[in-house]
Amino acid sequence: MRHDPLIPDLAVVTEIRTDTPDVKTFRVAGLDGKKPFVHIPGQCAMLSVPGVGEALFSITSSPTEPDFLEFSIKKCGCVTAWLHEIQPGQQITLRGPYGNGFPVDTAFAGKDLLFIAGGIGLAPLRSVINYVRCYRQRYGTVDIVYGARSKEDLVDSEEILTRWSREPGINVHLTIDRPQPDWAGHVGFVPDYVKELGFDTGKTVVMCGPPVMIKFTLAGLLSLGFSKEQIYTTFELKMKCALGKCGRCNIGDKYVCKDGPVFRLDQMDTLPDEY
Amino acid sequence: MQEMIRNKALELLKTGKADRVLAWRRGAFCYDVTPALFTDPEQLQKELVFDLFCAPNLSKSLIAESKKPGKTAVFLKSCDSYSLAQLCKEHRVDREKVYAVGVECHGTCDGESLRAAGITAPLRARAEGETLVVDTLYGEKTVSKQDALLERCRCCKSSRLVDCDEILGRQGEEHDSTRFDEVRRLQAMTARERYDFWQTELSRCIRCNACRNVCPACSCEKCVFDNPASGVENKGAANSFEEQLFHIIRAFHVAGRCTDCGECSRVCPQHIPLHLLNRKLILDANDLYGDYQAGADPDSRPPMMAFSPDDPEPDVIYGRTQP
Amino acid sequence: MKKLPISQLNDLFSAISRLETLYLPTDAGFVPYSPETAMTRRVNTGRSPKDLFFPQVETLMGFRTRGQSIELLDRREETKPFVIFGVRACDCRSFDILDSVFLAPPEDTFYKNRRQAGVIVTLACNRPEETCFCSSFAIDPAEPAGDVSAWQTENTLYLRANTEKGEKLLAQLSLLQDADPEQIVPLQEQIRQSVMRLPIQELPLEQFGAAHMMERFSSEKWDELSQSCLGCGSCTYVCPTCQCYDIKEFTANGEIQRYRCWDSCMYSDFTQMSAGQPRPTQKERFRQRFLHKLCYHPANHGGEFSCVGCGRCLQKCPIHMNIVKVIRTLGEEDA
Repeated sequence: MRHDPLIPDLAVVTEIRTDTPDVKTFRVAGLDGKKPFVHIPGQCAMLSVPGVGEALFSITSSPTEPDFLEFSIKKCGCVTAWLHEIQPGQQITLRGPYGNGFPVDTAFAGKDLLFIAGGIGLAPLRSVINYVRCYRQRYGTVDIVYGARSKEDLVDSEEILTRWSREPGINVHLTIDRPQPDWAGHVGFVPDYVKELGFDTGKTVVMCGPPVMIKFTLAGLLSLGFSKEQIYTTFELKMKCALGKCGRCNIGDKYVCKDGPVFRLDQMDTLPDEY
Repeated sequence: MQEMIRNKALELLKTGKADRVLAWRRGAFCYDVTPALFTDPEQLQKELVFDLFCAPNLSKSLIAESKKPGKTAVFLKSCDSYSLAQLCKEHRVDREKVYAVGVECHGTCDGESLRAAGITAPLRARAEGETLVVDTLYGEKTVSKQDALLERCRCCKSSRLVDCDEILGRQGEEHDSTRFDEVRRLQAMTARERYDFWQTELSRCIRCNACRNVCPACSCEKCVFDNPASGVENKGAANSFEEQLFHIIRAFHVAGRCTDCGECSRVCPQHIPLHLLNRKLILDANDLYGDYQAGADPDSRPPMMAFSPDDPEPDVIYGRTQP
Repeated sequence: MKKLPISQLNDLFSAISRLETLYLPTDAGFVPYSPETAMTRRVNTGRSPKDLFFPQVETLMGFRTRGQSIELLDRREETKPFVIFGVRACDCRSFDILDSVFLAPPEDTFYKNRRQAGVIVTLACNRPEETCFCSSFAIDPAEPAGDVSAWQTENTLYLRANTEKGEKLLAQLSLLQDADPEQIVPLQEQIRQSVMRLPIQELPLEQFGAAHMMERFSSEKWDELSQSCLGCGSCTYVCPTCQCYDIKEFTANGEIQRYRCWDSCMYSDFTQMSAGQPRPTQKERFRQRFLHKLCYHPANHGGEFSCVGCGRCLQKCPIHMNIVKVIRTLGEEDA
């Protein structure tokens, strides 16, 4: 096969974990059994199922995982519905990594980090959180505020409860939208919970979730005294090439696939409000 | 006529008979008029234009306009009035929310029809009797008006204004049109010749969808060709079969509803004579179910929606002799 | 500089076509030469020459699936050398703009192969049309770029090689005679005079570019400008610089073909996701097209606008809304 950035490689899905009723996590390796490529937390890759289509997904595993990539995928369209039906051993196509990723080794270094996620928004943050856990001494305290519609909709809850919550210096704050009989934790929306918890304004914030959560959480953070220069988020728009050429994922002059998907919020003030 | 239209538009706005006026806005040259909504009398006085170049059919815009609160006044040429009558019949436009002013029409041109008539770089144009005097970058040129008209106007089927609330100028009448001559010429070809003709024409298609988007009969909320779930969605034709598929399916979908307004051929950037596909189906429907003109009246049932025990059986098609 | 009597033009075309595939400008677009090919009498072809480098549809690759396995199939067609004759100065500049997108890293090799295989012979515009405004983008139709530049006087065709590729082509054409470069000066002078008389002049382009992105984006004029837009793709598909594409699949005879095709930002599905739509109405799509050309592209490519003033959209838009009207309307805001 002659090379072109649009020509993918083959990969194989080695394990599939069901996280929530509509989210599954797919572990992917090259046909040689090795990790297909090295990435930075926050970067994405194009997965495709020939005959169904190609789509961009965040890489949810940490770069520190030596043998595989993982993708947590919510069932919401053609490609995702098909992926939810497959069994381990299924071959797919893969190309990437794409995008800028989070500044884990520069702007985040030495900082107290506050991760805020809603629903499937945890997917791109999981890669950063596990990277930070691996290089724990390079960062300050870690707070994770994570909310979902219900207890069942919390992605990666096992990893969160059995590993993240038990490590020193990591504080996990979980919340669900409505009360549930077997839930003893916090109930309420993420933006309110963040305000309620009232974090120290020296922290660097990494946020991902549905647009409405981003909007209200941002307002809450600003009212707590955070500035936009401290807050990072990641965007998702329709993409076809992931190379900054097919022309559709731009916000003003910035292409989400190439210049993003990670943006610092003060950057967004210099761009048209069209996302 | 332009003065009459401007005055009528101002009056309709002033008396509150209409909340906005849908008409044509002047461009930089003689031919580049744009459909426009006017609510400001001052702007209307300055920019509303009516002349030979007001070719765009405004009726399709009424689908969206009639969903807005208040009433929209619209100026319609005879072709456009057929389209509106048809859209009302299909319940696409709420007739109650439209004030339709019919305008006497003697045919329209556009930049492309001028260029096809040999006029290079037209700037301004005026009609002097049956002659069109065109100021071009390279001096004044004249052309017979008949030669400069759009194809649909050279074989105008009717200058009658259908179902208008009032008429500016004179009411027109239906004409003995030559519009089916070309279809009959194609019908007389062998199947191979006809296939080659369409293959040549349709191979120029760039799938810009201008024909579909301008067509008053193409009023689906979501076209099958845009819908990934339809199984026939296609944005670029993968082969020549698909190229033809789009146009033929479209022609069949508007059969019995196409008023033959000619907008599809007017807007085609590749000058594909798409109107011939529609006219072929009009002619066939006329042969099979009796003469019918879509949009000619607000009440009659279109042939594809009316059943009569005398309708020919489908096998009539096989019985027809084809060379 | 070389020359050839116009009467031998067909001999020239036939000589070139014996070497490589030759494309000539017709009303519809650039088509392979045959003795019957009717060259357009208009300045510009209906479709731009971009499709010789960036075809409307091209197969990227094929797949065959069996159980859980996938086979990747190389379905790339060989790119053979070709010559395009009669490219106008504006269209020739459009190749630079396409290069700035497709050849930026990572390079698009499908496009690059065709660019390397194509020899561009440009032709000066003796009679620009009323819709021409290439001079607004500092393009000189009397001095078109390309591998070879050509000028046509009443009786003679003059040809000048500008690149190695161009020299190689001309060297193979024995019917050409040597010519004095001074011979084209009167024609160039006449073309430049015509350009000065063109009706579209002095566009307020200083109101655009990266620095004005936010002001132009938030203009209130977009509603009115986009009001009658049909949402078709004719402006984008006749445009020599529009290069947005979609990637789709097609299954036939048990093989899945992944192909790329032109796409248009004017279409609603361009940005439609299962999760939402950042450009929900025609206004946002319309604004995207013009701001891409006038602000976003310049921001990413050293201030260069992605319009070459060929005027095709002015002639072809079904409702005659176009980039000149947009530039004038928005440019007046601050003027």
